[in-house]
Amino acid sequence: MTDIEIKKDKELECSIAEFTNANFELASGSVLESFKIAFKTFGALNNNKSNAILICHALTGDQYVSGHNPITERDGWWSRMVGPDKPIDTNKFFVICSNVLGGCSGSTGPKQKKDNEDIIYGGNFPSITIKDMVSAQVKLIDALKIDKLFSVVGGSMGAMQALQWSTDFPNRIQTIIHIAGALKHSAQNIAFHEVGRQAIMNDPNWHKGNYSEKDSIPERGLSVARMIAHITYLSEDAMHRKFGRKLQSRDIISFGFDADFQIESYLRYQGRSFVERFDANSYLYLTRAMDYFDHSETYRKTLEFINSQNDNIKYLIISFTSDWLFPTRENKEIVETLNSLSRNVSFLEIETDKGHDSFLLDEPDLDIAMKGFLESNYGKTNE
Amino acid sequence: MEKQMNNIQSIRKDWDLIESLINERARVLDVGCGEGDLIQQLEKNLQANVHGVEKDQGMALKGIAKGLNITHGDAEKDLFQYSNQSFDYVILSQTLQAMIEPKKILTELLRVGSKAIVSFPNFGHWKIRLQLLLLGKMPITEGLPYSWYDTPNIHFFTLKDFENLCKDMNIVIESSIGLTSKGKQFSLNNTLLPSNIITHEAIFLLSYKNFEPIKIKTTNKMFAKNSAIIN
Repeated sequence: MTDIEIKKDKELECSIAEFTNANFELASGSVLESFKIAFKTFGALNNNKSNAILICHALTGDQYVSGHNPITERDGWWSRMVGPDKPIDTNKFFVICSNVLGGCSGSTGPKQKKDNEDIIYGGNFPSITIKDMVSAQVKLIDALKIDKLFSVVGGSMGAMQALQWSTDFPNRIQTIIHIAGALKHSAQNIAFHEVGRQAIMNDPNWHKGNYSEKDSIPERGLSVARMIAHITYLSEDAMHRKFGRKLQSRDIISFGFDADFQIESYLRYQGRSFVERFDANSYLYLTRAMDYFDHSETYRKTLEFINSQNDNIKYLIISFTSDWLFPTRENKEIVETLNSLSRNVSFLEIETDKGHDSFLLDEPDLDIAMKGFLESNYGKTNE
Repeated sequence: MEKQMNNIQSIRKDWDLIESLINERARVLDVGCGEGDLIQQLEKNLQANVHGVEKDQGMALKGIAKGLNITHGDAEKDLFQYSNQSFDYVILSQTLQAMIEPKKILTELLRVGSKAIVSFPNFGHWKIRLQLLLLGKMPITEGLPYSWYDTPNIHFFTLKDFENLCKDMNIVIESSIGLTSKGKQFSLNNTLLPSNIITHEAIFLLSYKNFEPIKIKTTNKMFAKNSAIIN
């Protein structure tokens, strides 16, 4: 029998759910004897436990969706979306956000120590999939004694988790909001991830993932990985609008390899600051989890198996016109499958030049859609 | 302003008539659903299971924010995703004249739905005829309020044209209602009236064949489903 203990972590300013004797089997076949999930909650769970929303974070996100993040000393990554009187209103909803399995801000991952041992997992951490992340989240929801989530919300890798929830645990959710995701990680996306991983693994400080033993960090590799990834989160138009060919702190070009251009300086800054808050091994494991995500052959069959009589989920799928990482076309595949099987689905393509990162930025239509979708559906089912 | 009010009233009248053609708890798809007000009305009054398709982002957004199932997309490209006969009714309200391929759309409506409800402004109305005859200019009316060079309406047709098209396509007109420009309602089957002249707006209930729904009784639920299409 799994033993569960929920503790407060003062340093991390969050809760940690510890599962021991869990015998938690991963998709790869490996088993975690014990694992822990770091999470934060916002707002209050109502008496009939019908107002819980799980927010799934993206690749480099964490449990600090809103409020203070003690690791970065900044506001949470979706503070503009989640909080009192925000689109996801914590006066109405009980919001849960957990660090994914394999992450590096308190949940079990390569940065953590092995079961009852004093060695850090490092490169010996088992491979993780999106399915594993969701299975671990279900254990957390069980531990919080919530039978049915009102919604599972996520963008990018978070959207993958939301989709996984809808196929694996359809009777435990009422709605999902899937933003900028897809049924599968495309070849191009895998390609970008591979370049990032190669940058990390080719850093001499990586030591096959066991860099903590050597007291080193593959900083350069990780920051290059972040720089590449960051380009894919923007769009050509947005980059041009923001930076153009503007020079950085100089009037003339240097005829050298300094960061002459603002865009170079910006990317270097993004890379540098990322290293301070993210673990290189986690980056390897989580990008791999995204690469392995593929429902393209199984989605329709899974939904048919679930059967429309048992699928009362309300789906909201949102895409952005300038997102070339998870383009509208790929989000629409999900919508088309759902519509062909007569499910309750809404789809919105938001016109913007801000690229994949739009879901984290100021997009008023995104706010309106999410707030309206959540509150009107909550009203319909809970009156 | 008054013109606008008239237009809104006439749309509401149109919707009430559409509602009168639909059974309770039906599955309904509204093609070109705007902000979803018609399907919201059908959901509320008939407990229908409603869905919509809307091309305009702003309008689709407003409908989605009301909690309605709205797919933001182009009806002329995106209807393929709905399965054969997956709706009891598919509505095309005041939109056929704006479609690039009206014939293809009609076929799609009756592939996706057992029945289609199509409403449109009649280009054969006497006011329009008179404007063209007397002024020699493209008519501008309350129902068709645009200049010829700046209008979403690219196919103009009369009641008679539409009836002929249905005949060509072997579509059965199950029911048809005319509205005068004053909002007076009458049956288009009434041969004593000069329908094509007095009809300002027409609403048609269409199907391929007039099937009676087959009632299948299961242990927990009653549901009605039409049988196959016969062309």
